[in-house]
This record gives sequence, C-alpha cells and structure tokens, in this order.
Amino acid sequence: MTALTIKDLNKVYENGKQALQNVSLTVPKGVFFALLGPNGAGKSTLINILADTVRASSGSVSLLGHDLLTERAWGKRHLGVVPQEIAFDPFFSPREILHFTRGMYGQKRDEAWVNDLLEHLELSEHANKITRQLSGGMKRRLLVAQALVHRPKVVILDEPTAGVDVELRKRLWDFIRELNAQGTTVLLTTHYLEEAQELCDHIAIINQGQVIAAQSMQSLLGDVASSSLCCRYEQPVKLLESQKQALQAFAPRVCDGVLCLNLQHQEGQSNFDAAYQAARQALGVPLDTYIRQENLEDVFLRLTHKDTR
Amino acid sequence: MSSMNILGTWTLFQRETKRFMRVKMQTIVAPALTAVLYLIVFHYAMGERQVPGLDVDYFTFLIPGLMMMAMLQNAFANTSSSMIMGKIMNTHVFLMMAPISPTEALIAFLSASVLRAFVVGSVLLLVLLPFSDLQITHVWMILFYGVCGSLFMGSLGLIAGMWSKTFDDMSMVTNFVIMPLTFLSGVFYSVQQLPPLWQSLNEWNPFFYLIDGFRQGFIATGDSDPVHAIAMVLVLTVSLVMLAWYLWRTGWKLKD
Repeated sequence: MTALTIKDLNKVYENGKQALQNVSLTVPKGVFFALLGPNGAGKSTLINILADTVRASSGSVSLLGHDLLTERAWGKRHLGVVPQEIAFDPFFSPREILHFTRGMYGQKRDEAWVNDLLEHLELSEHANKITRQLSGGMKRRLLVAQALVHRPKVVILDEPTAGVDVELRKRLWDFIRELNAQGTTVLLTTHYLEEAQELCDHIAIINQGQVIAAQSMQSLLGDVASSSLCCRYEQPVKLLESQKQALQAFAPRVCDGVLCLNLQHQEGQSNFDAAYQAARQALGVPLDTYIRQENLEDVFLRLTHKDTR
Repeated sequence: MSSMNILGTWTLFQRETKRFMRVKMQTIVAPALTAVLYLIVFHYAMGERQVPGLDVDYFTFLIPGLMMMAMLQNAFANTSSSMIMGKIMNTHVFLMMAPISPTEALIAFLSASVLRAFVVGSVLLLVLLPFSDLQITHVWMILFYGVCGSLFMGSLGLIAGMWSKTFDDMSMVTNFVIMPLTFLSGVFYSVQQLPPLWQSLNEWNPFFYLIDGFRQGFIATGDSDPVHAIAMVLVLTVSLVMLAWYLWRTGWKLKD
C-alpha cells in the first residue's frame, strides 16, 4: 500500500505561473522520502496542495487509499504538515498551542504525549512561555511538534531544520527516525542534501514544476551517480581544445585545478585503466590520482543543472 | 466520514475566546471606559433633556445604544482581528490544515463573537446602570438583537478579515464602513430628529434596526416598526452568515 499517490497534478496560479506540470509521484508507506528541488521548483506548492492551503488546478492525490482532494477531513486527520514559514500565535504558550492543535484535529487532550513532544523537541523549559519569547529555532521545533501532536500516519516536513543548530538538528532527526521506525511515513524537503542522503531511503527531485527523478536513494546513487578518476598535476590543469578532444570519451572537466574523468562500470569492471592511460597521454603522468564517488549533492546539481540548460 | 468535528469546533471556540480574554484590558475594560466617557460628555452636554418624539430622557436613551454599539464593534473585532492576525502571522494555515469544515469554523468563530459581545455588553450594563434608572422591558428583544447583531458583525468581521491583506486594509473597513454606519445609526439621537432625506437613508442602514431594536428591549419605544425591523435583521443576518460560510468554503482570499 502506498502512503501517497499523486497523479498528473497541475497548478497554475492566478498570475499564469505554472508551478506544477503533470506531477506524478508515489510515496510508499513507511518510508523516509526526500522531495528535493532548487528554490522555486514547486516543492512548497506541492506540499501546500497536500496541506489544503493551495488549490490544485487538476490531478488527483490519494492518501492511504483515500482521495485527499475529496475526503479532506479524513485526510487531514492522518496528515501532519510542518509549513516552511515560521508561524506562531503570539497569544499562547507552546503547551497551549499543542493542546489547541490536538483538539482541532478532534482528539482528546493527551498531556503525556504533549510532554513527550516538548521533551523530544527540547521545548519543555519553554513550554509555558508566550511563543513571542521563543528563538527562531524553538519556533521551528514548535511547528514540528504541532505537526505531530495528533499522531498522523504521514508527516510532511517542509525544510524543518532551517535555522536549527547542528546538535539540535541531530536530535530532531533521531526523534523523527524513531517515529519512522514505528511506521510513520515521512516526506521531507530540505536544502541540506547530506541530511537527505543520510536519512531518506526514497527520493524525488523536482525542477521547474516537473519530477525529473523518483526512485530509491540506493538506485539513484547506483544508477545515476557516477565515479570519477581525479588526476592532480604540479600546476593547476587548464585543458586545451586538443586535450579535450583526446579525453572526450571520459567527459573531461577541471575541478579546483584537478582533472576529473568519468568512469564507467560494467559487470563489475571499470574503465579506470583506459581513463588513466588517456590522461597520461594527454597531460603526462599525474602527481597523484584518486577516485571520487558522486554523492547526492553532485547528482542533484547535475540533474537540476542539466534540466535548466 | 462526514460526522461533525465537535471537539475541533469546541477547541476553536475556546481558542477564539481565550484570545480576547488574554487582552481583556483592551477588549473589555476599554470599551466600558469609552462608554462611560461618552455618557459623562453627553450628560453634561444634554442635561436633563428628553429625546424629541420619544417619551424618555436622553441619558436613559443613550445607555442601550452605547451598549449595542460596543457589542457590535466587539463582535466585529473578534473575528476580524483573528483573521487578519492569522493572515499576517501566517497562522491561518493551521486552521486551513485542520479537519474543521466551513460550518464548524463559522460556528466556533461566531459563537466566540457573540460571547465577547455579551461579555462587553454585560460589563457596560453593570458599569452604567448605577447612573440611571434603566429597566429591562423585553428580554427577548435584547437577546434577539444582541445575538443577531453579534452574528451579523461577526460574519462581517470574518469577510473583512478574509478580504484584508494588511492591517491598513482592515482599518479602512473599520474606519470608513463600520464606524460611520454605527455612529449614524441612531445611537446618539432619535432618527425623528433627522431631516427627511437622512431618515430615508437611515432605513437602509442595518445598524439602525439593530440598535433601535435592542434599545426597545429596555425603553419599550423606538423609531422602527418592530415587525419590519425583525424581518430586516433576520434576513440580513442569515444572508451575511451564509455569505461568510460560502466564502470560507471556497477559500476566498485564503487559498491560492
């Protein structure tokens, strides 16, 4: 069963801007899913449609087998969303806000769960302060608590760690991972790609309103990510046209003065030797060589850059 | 599942009630003080004069009008301030994301408006009563006009809050629509004192019926025909509540 199935979702704003173009996406139940994309790619529009703060122009969304766009009340009870923008009610304390939020989802007061959330999100000390007095990071953690207070089965976190310090971020993720291990499906957007790579088992990349990659993290890094042979010379490398021609088969590029050549893998064998010999013939024997494996950030930049070229 | 989210509605009502109780100096004490100041000013300005056309002294005439004016303004303020603050501070998204239907949202918001109006009205009555020999003549009229007026203004506040993008937009509605209509509705004078043209224009002012009807609950006399006034108030209140419900349902100015 899938947690979320999005089919041919389109959004055209009143000003004519098409934010989403036939977006189709499947989020399996129980996964930790990363939705990545550059600024303005359409991630927040997609999340806002799911959260019912933006209307879809066309398409369908199913949450745990229920049509989210027509069975809104059911869907909302099972969905928790952390909005990207910090928002807080200045009249109330974090504890009151959590009780109100839970009540609005039709659930009875649960002091133990509220305390648990406040503790996990390191807000216990500030639980009875007026939210105005909280720091930016605390307000963002309060948003996370609000999204979780009704114990949703699917949680959407729209850049939840922006402005949260490294240590607290780690503890926040430990908590979310714990919830995920207990069966909560998590959909995350973040600009911290190393965070996404470490946490998520599935990924979708969205650019200019279109999904350009959607697969498991392992297969994305296995299929799309490549490794490079990097050759360092005494002087920073500047490739002549003739050298580029000679190395054409290896997509030569210079990164920080180091020559990088794409390696290809087939049936457990790589063309390392061929690449090394080609570099040697074109530029001479390098001072030192090493293999560099692309990470999610490299793949992300390559895919989104290619898409905008 | 289409059953009503009763706990959600109750919680939203509690939230909207606690919000105005948190700032009671501004929401309850200040209107009472303003009303007392009006009374002092008009008491010395008008002396022991009677209201022309109505067999009642000016001071007794003024108190119910001031009460109703404060109730209407506070009912409007409760919903409008909540909506505009929510939009400016972006907290309205929590309401949009919660499983609260338009009907439930309206019940919660308007109930809180009615409660605030009656709390303010009661405080005013308690404060002003020692200064006059005002009697309650028709409780049902006080309740009918009080509740309808609060629902009418609460709905208007919701619509104004949905429409406004800034505090300036909201103050435009308050200062250029609500204030003139309440001040020119017969709070401070009997419409019989007005020239014929203004009397005719006044018949189109819903605030006139609300204030005059409410006042009749105390002094048993007024400027409007009770049957006509009740019909007008009912039609206007139901229409405005329905309009607020419809706009909420469509996400007017709330959802892109």
